[in-house]
Amino acid sequence: MTRSKEHNVGLMLAVFAVLYIFWLLMSACINPLNGHFSPIHIIAGIICAGVVTLLSHDLLITKEGEMTLAKTFRLIAYVPWELWQIFLANFDVAYRVLHPKMPIDPRIIEFDTSLRSDFALTTLANSITLTPGTITIDIDPGKGRFLVHAIAKKPADALLVDKTMINKVAHVYMEEA
Amino acid sequence: MFSIINIIATILIAGGAFFMVTGVVGLLRFPDFYTRLHATGKCDTLGEVLVIVGCMVYQGWSFITIKLFFLMFFIFLANPVGTHAIMKAAYLTGLKPWKKGEERR
Amino acid sequence: MEDIFLALGLLIAVTISLSLYRAVLGPGVFNQVAAVNVIGTKVIVLLVAVGYIFDRPMFVDISLLYAILNFIATLVMSKYLERGEICSA
Repeated sequence: MTRSKEHNVGLMLAVFAVLYIFWLLMSACINPLNGHFSPIHIIAGIICAGVVTLLSHDLLITKEGEMTLAKTFRLIAYVPWELWQIFLANFDVAYRVLHPKMPIDPRIIEFDTSLRSDFALTTLANSITLTPGTITIDIDPGKGRFLVHAIAKKPADALLVDKTMINKVAHVYMEEA
Repeated sequence: MFSIINIIATILIAGGAFFMVTGVVGLLRFPDFYTRLHATGKCDTLGEVLVIVGCMVYQGWSFITIKLFFLMFFIFLANPVGTHAIMKAAYLTGLKPWKKGEERR
Repeated sequence: MEDIFLALGLLIAVTISLSLYRAVLGPGVFNQVAAVNVIGTKVIVLLVAVGYIFDRPMFVDISLLYAILNFIATLVMSKYLERGEICSA
């Protein structure tokens, strides 16, 4: 009992520190060129961050998962590939928009994954929305089922057959693809 | 007059403006609601992020750069989620997707 | 450099007025909601550009706030259209 309470206090301190650093970064723009801090802003920041921490400290950090640090590093390694995919996606969509005949052939596809955790599903859904020619419509979190709107046949096949992105997201969150 | 930083910032802002215009052209030109969201959900996100990165390069190191970074991060998170929310609402209320060869609506 | 931001602001204004076509006339309410969302995200960038044109960096704060408001407005509108109510008791 006492241990869990101590853990709770540590968590609250962490949340308070994050909120207060955020406040300082946001309120340093009183004189934007050199970042002038006035005492009233520092004290108001302590009060506001304290109140928010007391009310909602269990929302920001829910619980400690396993291997959080390794997952964070893997997520950081995943981001550049994702950015490159977003770049390709934009040229793809720009080509389809500006082409006089509009080479589109929309369809709705459905597929299952074995991902279960909320973070993995959210990451995969956002990645699907931002990468070439596909947008997530609906997710069934219990079965890991995705409903995806694809703008043509090629991006749909890229998602159904290649499964590069699903494997990468599964690698980031250490789940089986 | 134009330093190298200004040139890089100008290129980034011009690219972002191009993608934003492309997104709006897609919004006006595509045949139905779902395909229109393809244009806006992707092109607008990258266009706005490119413009904001251009502003960050132009600004240099200051607290405004940090705020612009938070703004970019938020757009990257919020824009796909908003697109997804509208699309799910439309799909659940039974708006039929456009198939090839049909009338545009 | 101010000229470039001025050109950017004018271009965004033109794109906003083009997407107003969908926001007003777009067939069906979902097209209108999507167009309003697009206009909102463009206004974020327009605010940043206006801040650089008038040399008032405080506009970045306003655009941060506007981004959050626009996101919440989009979510609330789509949830309302999906369920017919905003908050189910």
